[in-house]
Amino acid sequence: MIRTRRVWAAVALLMALAAAACGKEGSPPTKGPATDRLPHYQVARGFRLPESPTWNRAKKRGYFVVGAKEDQPYLGERDPATGTFSGFDIEIARMMSASLGLAPETIRFRTIASANRETALQNGQIDYYVGTYTINALRKKLVGFAGPYFMAGQDLLVRQDERGIDGPQDLGGKRVCSVAGSTPYQRMKKDYPKVVLVAYDTYSVCVDNLLTYQVAAVTTDDAILIGFAAKAPDELRVVGRPFSEEPYGIGVPRKDNALRFALDDALEARMKDGDWKKAFEATLGLSGVPAPAPPAIDRYPAT
Amino acid sequence: MTVKAAAATALYDIPGPRARRRHRLFGVLATVVLLALLGWIIHLLFATGQFTYTKWMPFEYKGIQELLLRGLGNTLKAFAIAAVLSLALGGLLAVGRLSEHAPVRWLSTLVVEFFRAMPLLVMIFFIFVALKVQPLPALVAGLTLYNGSVLAEVFRSGINSVERGQKEAAYALGMRKTQVMSYVLVPQAVRAILPAIISQLVVALKDTSLGFLITYEEFLHAGKLIASNLDYDLPFIPVVMVISPIYIGMCMLLSWVAQWVSRWERRSPKTEAVDVETAGAGTLLPGGVPPTAPGP
Amino acid sequence: MNVLTDNISVFAEGFLGTVELTVYSSLLALALGFVMASFRVAPVRSLRVFGTAWVTVLRNTPLTLLFFAVLLGLPRFGLVLPFMVFAVLALGCYTSAFVCEALRSGINTVPTGQGEAARSLGMSFGQTLSHVVLPQAFRTVIPPIGSILIALAKNSAIAGAFSVTELLGTYRTLSELGYNIVWTFLWIAVGYLVVTGAISAVFNVLERRWGFAR
Repeated sequence: MIRTRRVWAAVALLMALAAAACGKEGSPPTKGPATDRLPHYQVARGFRLPESPTWNRAKKRGYFVVGAKEDQPYLGERDPATGTFSGFDIEIARMMSASLGLAPETIRFRTIASANRETALQNGQIDYYVGTYTINALRKKLVGFAGPYFMAGQDLLVRQDERGIDGPQDLGGKRVCSVAGSTPYQRMKKDYPKVVLVAYDTYSVCVDNLLTYQVAAVTTDDAILIGFAAKAPDELRVVGRPFSEEPYGIGVPRKDNALRFALDDALEARMKDGDWKKAFEATLGLSGVPAPAPPAIDRYPAT
Repeated sequence: MTVKAAAATALYDIPGPRARRRHRLFGVLATVVLLALLGWIIHLLFATGQFTYTKWMPFEYKGIQELLLRGLGNTLKAFAIAAVLSLALGGLLAVGRLSEHAPVRWLSTLVVEFFRAMPLLVMIFFIFVALKVQPLPALVAGLTLYNGSVLAEVFRSGINSVERGQKEAAYALGMRKTQVMSYVLVPQAVRAILPAIISQLVVALKDTSLGFLITYEEFLHAGKLIASNLDYDLPFIPVVMVISPIYIGMCMLLSWVAQWVSRWERRSPKTEAVDVETAGAGTLLPGGVPPTAPGP
Repeated sequence: MNVLTDNISVFAEGFLGTVELTVYSSLLALALGFVMASFRVAPVRSLRVFGTAWVTVLRNTPLTLLFFAVLLGLPRFGLVLPFMVFAVLALGCYTSAFVCEALRSGINTVPTGQGEAARSLGMSFGQTLSHVVLPQAFRTVIPPIGSILIALAKNSAIAGAFSVTELLGTYRTLSELGYNIVWTFLWIAVGYLVVTGAISAVFNVLERRWGFAR
């Protein structure tokens, strides 16, 4: 008797699972404007870089393996339903692959946590990394940096109807949100002690708190903030001028100088012929922010 | 499990008519309060818009469903590998602890006590961050070390709980130590501690969710990906409502298997010389005494 | 070695966070576990059902999922409290299920005859409870409660991964400052051993004074 009851329960469960497996194709609708006019990048035919072991490996494979972020809108984000990556950093990665002779459609993107970026580059898990990777002297000891390809800075994101905040000096006593333990959080804590800091573990929670009037502002790199503002351009805006300097670079293995210089050349070429600007306007530019001037490339000598 | 109201217990006597009326009154009161609580929670859910279409819409899509199923598959994969390895490690450490050679015994005791005292998450983080191991091997290694040590204690207490007469009779017949263990002690001990082993595997299944913290793409990680997406209005509560029953259901299934095995073994004549353990999740106390109640 | 001496304040803050979390969660777990145990042995059926449901659900939920639901989900209901409070709530409720089971099996070890004798001597329910049943039950539950609280101290490490100020969370700050990871983890491990060792010692003393196994 009990056995029959259990069998029926199991059958019901299996049927529910089978029914669930029939779902809609495609992905759920997204907020914010769609990135439809993505620029097409010319693949450099006959490009060769035999001095770079990383390039040789990728050429043999037929594609690059690139590390990226998956939770920064219009910068480096992944659609949970289809698994496709999109955003400004992703466009830079695809641009670079085209300049280095491999079609951008072949790139395999991998999500790497911030703390493991250096390790992933050192043990060859990825060929290069494009994902709000700030260049600093400590990291240069472990990996190489091509670029910078974007000059970001810490800034503030507020609601459209917020009138009293033009910069960090107006934040005294107000609640400001950032990610726990991150550099923007620590800088805000050190330089502006009057601010009431709130920390969560993802920026999307911070932005949600901003939209529901729980906090007055969100602070992090302006590139990330612009991406979030693009999600809800009528409700959010980035204010003031950046109050720090965060140069974003492409992380490469430290010893592979040939790859680094090739990427520097490729970045310069793309900045000159307008592809960089087109990529920005198709992604971060959807928030209404005009494309800034591309930064100067830093070709530091081979170590 | 439940106290029958008609029998006397140490606390309550068999209820007479006045007591029965009082109990019924309290019963009705308690039911009303609990239903009111439930109603308030449901009202809160509706009031904060947790049942809006935008929040539940992602689950209709095949891509999202496959993402969740893949996460579930990864959870079960990590659990299966960790379960097999921790059984093996537990057996090895138990043999070490029961060895007659003092250095082997001391080394095994040291290893077991160290890994039982360490928080599991610290071990997993250490292997992942300091030793730079990939997420799945790091998670499996941490689970194996911890659960292997606990299982070693379970095995040891099982072997020690076989009636002394069995061991003495076996030695009196001239059997050597290995033969005593493999023909007499282990078969009886294993039958007795099977429920405790399965309960410890439930703990291992629950602990696979720690993989979420080292970016292993398991079930909870897939849930978080969906839940922290601004496009779907940050559907935390719907995601929790979908994931929790599946997790709880899996663990309850395994616990029920442990209880069933315990009842089966108690009836079997092959466990006459040993006490079948209750099916409670086992974290043995330092010192090796099984607790009288399940541990976290 | 200099990881410890250079960053005593960071470690101290984390260690204090862990101790706070452990102490508050233990108190909540013991109180809630006692209430749930009394529900489970009550003669009122709906209370028994509620107690059983509470224990079954919480014992079969992974603690990470519970933290996830409480720390990231409760604020959606408009309940915005500091992380430490949420962590204490989650850890306390989770452990209370195990405390409840330990207390219940402790009460069940008291022979029925004791209760019947107490009642036949005319003792009221309160007197039976406080003079006869609980003192005997208390002695058998000391070892299990000790191991449950040690497991609670170890589980508090999970809170550190959810941005609560806690010992395990310090490794992130220290690795960003560039210190050797292995030594950092060594000191974190020592910190946890101190906490679990202290709880173990306390319960050893209690057991020696009062405990005996049935």
